[in-house]
Amino acid sequence: MNSLANDRAARLAEIARETRISIVHTIDAPRMGHIGGDFSVTDILVTLFFDVMRYRAEEPGWAGRDRFILSKGHCSAALYSVLARAGYFSPDLLASFMAPLSPLNGHPNRRKVAGVEANTGPLGHGLPIAVGAAVAATISKSDYRTYVVLGDGELQEGSNWEAAMFAGHRRLEGLTAVVDRNRLQQGARTEDTNGLDPLDEKWRAFGWEAIVLDGHDHAALLDAFEAPRIGKPRVLIANTRKGKGVSFIEDRVEWHHKVPSREQVALALEELAG
Amino acid sequence: MNQISVSHAGAPETFDCRVAFAETMIALARENPRIVAVCNDSVGSSNMGGFQKEFPDRLINVGIAEQNMVGVAAGLANGGFVPFVCCAGPFLTGRALEQIKADIAYNHYGVVLCGQSPGLSYGELGPTHHSIEDFAWMRALTDITILNPADPKQTRDAVRWAAQADRPIYMRVGRFKVPAVTPEDAAFEPGRALLLRDGSDVTLIATGVLVSRALAAAERLAARGVSARVLNMMTIAPLDQAAVLAAARETRGIVTAEEAIVTGGLGAAVAETVVQHHPARMRILGVPHFAPTGSAAFLLDHFGLNADGLEKAALELMA
Ligand SMILES: Cc1ncc(C[n+]2csc(CCOP(=O)(O)OP(=O)(O)O)c2C)c(N)n1
Ligand SMILES: [Mg+2]
Repeated sequence: MNSLANDRAARLAEIARETRISIVHTIDAPRMGHIGGDFSVTDILVTLFFDVMRYRAEEPGWAGRDRFILSKGHCSAALYSVLARAGYFSPDLLASFMAPLSPLNGHPNRRKVAGVEANTGPLGHGLPIAVGAAVAATISKSDYRTYVVLGDGELQEGSNWEAAMFAGHRRLEGLTAVVDRNRLQQGARTEDTNGLDPLDEKWRAFGWEAIVLDGHDHAALLDAFEAPRIGKPRVLIANTRKGKGVSFIEDRVEWHHKVPSREQVALALEELAG
Repeated sequence: MNQISVSHAGAPETFDCRVAFAETMIALARENPRIVAVCNDSVGSSNMGGFQKEFPDRLINVGIAEQNMVGVAAGLANGGFVPFVCCAGPFLTGRALEQIKADIAYNHYGVVLCGQSPGLSYGELGPTHHSIEDFAWMRALTDITILNPADPKQTRDAVRWAAQADRPIYMRVGRFKVPAVTPEDAAFEPGRALLLRDGSDVTLIATGVLVSRALAAAERLAARGVSARVLNMMTIAPLDQAAVLAAARETRGIVTAEEAIVTGGLGAAVAETVVQHHPARMRILGVPHFAPTGSAAFLLDHFGLNADGLEKAALELMA
């Protein structure tokens, strides 16, 4: 790795650490949230928002912006933390997460929060919308790119595969999907519920370029996002750990939506202090 | 006539109906080897962990795939089983709507669709997770019986009845804590309104979470000298038209109250009946649009789905 790439990755790692701290505080306020999936997706979001994507936070509707859709909308605390840092709204607002009448609903709402492209929450909706946004770019001859982040359990929804088939058919080069492959869903491991492996081969069979990588490795993520396109939609199978960053939360099914106790919040913040 | 158990503090004790649901499912499964549960990664949220432990082969978890889940349930019915589909209300009735129509209702399979955490119970998670359209969507499928038990007793009775009904059924399984409102000796009569309090001035027709609130409103109205009849309309479809028309004839107006969108639900069903057979003054209380952020308790109050709101609506009709 050259030193510039090193610098970029190191900067992202620091932002990711701070983002995880923000997530802990955001969830601690209402004592609700999905910390496991927030932590597994943090490095992916940070890499996209603070290096890869092109957008103007002060002009959220800018037509040329890259589109980002968090299909696993339950991880809104991670998305909100990133959007606040990116300048879409004041970080002070994070304290109102899920509070009565707050714009920061448990699942993101584009009618209330700048930077949100689609109201997700029911799993299996993000990819079709992203495919539509990518098709729109091709017919309007825009050069924006479309990014969508999917849960792995989420891929059990058939709608994903309808969209994947169509994106492959249309050879949507402007479309990049990232699968947060933490191998856990709400109640159990994906492979003990309705197995997904071999996941990269499935996507390739649908006409996609599939790159398997460590979803917590910022340099690897940058490489994968920036690799030359080969005339196909691209999927990153990002191997992650649910709860990444806090030892007692990592890779444990019960932390899908468990909320850390006040003592655990303190412990988590201690571990994230670096 | 109401035997509402009272805790030490004086406030009525409240219950999460998922507990009664899960207990009854296990008891039924012990008696009947044909009872199976079908889930969508929802074993925990449906409180079906105990069932899964005791009957691992009879809990079919298809993963996060609700359309498949409902089709699989139809196939299980075809194979001689009595499937109880346990899934959060919005994803069951919304995501799998066409499967419910074609695979369950049109085929007329004996499948029990159990909408977990219905209405506004997932408050803060927002409109994607609210199941307020379920009555309207299910009502459009005229072959489906729609049950909305108001408390643990009705939940137990509904599960037991559904297990032997051999027909398409949708029932809500409440998560929002409710007091007991059904007298222990009340017969379980699907398709019949349960008269909880008689009255001659106005009728409050409530369902589910709103039943205890309608009773509270009736108390307040009594203090103002207004005599309110309270009907627990557990069965949304087929509607007890006789009870509705009696209310239209015998009282000066009808207030309906439901934890559901105001278009197409209980209020609409009542209105369709009275407008054709005995026009009556009405107020339809429910959720008017996609809800803002807030807990279920907050949102119920926000939309006036409480004793206050019911009292006000009744007084408007009296005016
Ligand atoms: C259609 C639908 N079905 C069920 C749910 C309930 N649900 C929310 S998150 C979740 C598990 C998601 O697992 P995964 O996609 O692997 O996400 P992650 O592990 O990143 O949290 C489930 C079942 C939902 N939100 N939408
Ligand atoms: Mg997962």
